[in-house]
Amino acid sequence: MAKSQAVMRQPNKINARVRINTFWKSIFFLSTLFGLFVLAILIYRVVADGMAWLDLSFLTSRLSTDPNTAGISGAILGTLWVMLVVIPVTLIVGVGTAIYLEMYAKKGFMKSIIETNIANLAGVPSIVYGLLGLTVFVRLMAFGNVVLAGGLTLSLLVLPILVVSAQEALRAVPGYLEEASYGMGATKWQTIRRIILPAAIPSILTGAILAMSRAIGETAPLTVLGIPALLIPLPGGLFDTFTALPMQIYYWTLDSSLVAEYANLAAATIIVLLVILFILNSIAIFIRNKYQQSY
Amino acid sequence: MTSHSKKENNAVSVSEMIAQNKQKKSFHNFNEKSIPVFLFLLASITILTTIGILYTLISEAIHFFMEVPILDFFTGTELKPLSQDPQFGILPLLNGTLISSIIAILVAGPIGLMSAIYLSEYASDKVRRVLKPLLEVLAGIPTIVYGFFAFTFVTPIIRAIWPQVEATNILSPGLVMGVMIIPMIASLSEDAMSSVPNRIREGSLAMGTTRLETTFKVVIPAALSGIIASFVLAISRAIGETMIVTIASGSSKNFTFDLTQSMQTMTAYIVEVSGGEAPAGSTLHYSLYAVALTLFAFTLIMNLLAKYVSRKFREEY
Repeated sequence: MAKSQAVMRQPNKINARVRINTFWKSIFFLSTLFGLFVLAILIYRVVADGMAWLDLSFLTSRLSTDPNTAGISGAILGTLWVMLVVIPVTLIVGVGTAIYLEMYAKKGFMKSIIETNIANLAGVPSIVYGLLGLTVFVRLMAFGNVVLAGGLTLSLLVLPILVVSAQEALRAVPGYLEEASYGMGATKWQTIRRIILPAAIPSILTGAILAMSRAIGETAPLTVLGIPALLIPLPGGLFDTFTALPMQIYYWTLDSSLVAEYANLAAATIIVLLVILFILNSIAIFIRNKYQQSY
Repeated sequence: MTSHSKKENNAVSVSEMIAQNKQKKSFHNFNEKSIPVFLFLLASITILTTIGILYTLISEAIHFFMEVPILDFFTGTELKPLSQDPQFGILPLLNGTLISSIIAILVAGPIGLMSAIYLSEYASDKVRRVLKPLLEVLAGIPTIVYGFFAFTFVTPIIRAIWPQVEATNILSPGLVMGVMIIPMIASLSEDAMSSVPNRIREGSLAMGTTRLETTFKVVIPAALSGIIASFVLAISRAIGETMIVTIASGSSKNFTFDLTQSMQTMTAYIVEVSGGEAPAGSTLHYSLYAVALTLFAFTLIMNLLAKYVSRKFREEY
């Protein structure tokens, strides 16, 4: 009797439990949307604040204390110069390290030390890299706060990202390609240079672009290096002082409590920065989709 | 006559070919031996980076601790680096760092975990393929942009609701930092939950449980190590975050628990002092490295803890 009552009651209980489930499902869904909601507000605010100030003369004029004539040509040029250091340095060191780890290093002490070390480096706060750059590149090697010092500091910062993604790219090349190459009498380096690297290059490029976009948006290490946002001459070489897009945003945001228009200038610069990042990421996704080879 | 010359020609070219081959071989041999060495040198740059970080931080911090006793540094509640009688106590900075990180994790923890549950347990493949990359856009936005957002948008809103809040305060950057680390928790927790095998989920559902019950009683316990690791990593990220707190929380060095006030974090102190052209060799300059060393130690411990938790307590299936 009791048993059948329990069975009779079950449908109700199940209904309640299903209702609770549906209720929480919508809560979970809403909290997923919350992040996207904030993202939308953020982008809306930046565009609303900055779009009116963003025109060709803003991109091509020099920095000025007058908000109406101030432009970011110096910051854009500075960011380009820094990337001119970061791209070759990270590509050569990052891909070289990845090749060493995947193709040459024997499993054991050395390999595990290097890999653990890279994993830990990826977790070091970016500002600590700034202090490393300040001590080693700016002061010890006496470069001063120039393009080369900023570029090398940012290179060290994004190196772990590139090494890990290049390692994954190399690992994804199927072993039979390598074996076939050895079978034809090729040496190890010939195999790496002619078979493995070409097959892995699309994925390596994707990782490299993601590392670049991290470097372009990075501000903290540059503040420590003492990168100015003053009326300095436009950079024309590796040993010139420079400013960069994120530094420009930083100074204008800080000074927006003094001159309200600086907030608009900061927002306009953020639009430029986000558009650059968006283009870079689109290229990365394009390369990944286009050259994704299925062996 | 022609055949003879041809023969000779052949003979020459064969001996030449042998010579060429030898040359080529020695070139290849040289390549095969030298390239691994070169690549090893490149790989050792990452090791040198670590050594460089440790060496600069420790060697300069030692100078600092020769002038300021280590105990005073870690127990001092007063930080007045610029006054006539400078005080270097790190507690105000530790306090600011911990409070902003706690606010961040209070925002990102629940929302990130619930997002992970939705993406892993409820969303269809199609929905997940759209939502997850969109959520990860949040992680790709430079922190300076979040700083701008906190300072020019979130702070004014908070002040409109709660007028006592100052123009620079710890609450607003804490909240924005929380939004910034949502994708980190969501993504890593989702990975942990997705790797729980389906047969366990189906076993539970077949017993008549709802998805919610399965999630909380089966999937989350099984993925707990990964979820905790994601929280620890997110906190470590918040501790090391610089630009949001530098811009939106100001540089007050008061030792307070009042969320409406400006508080300085370790990272913001480093920005302030290094930007202020502290004369090399001064105690102020060396204090940078002592604070950075503390910051480095904190994040390193958190990262190692995350790795330990996810390894040690992983459920194997």
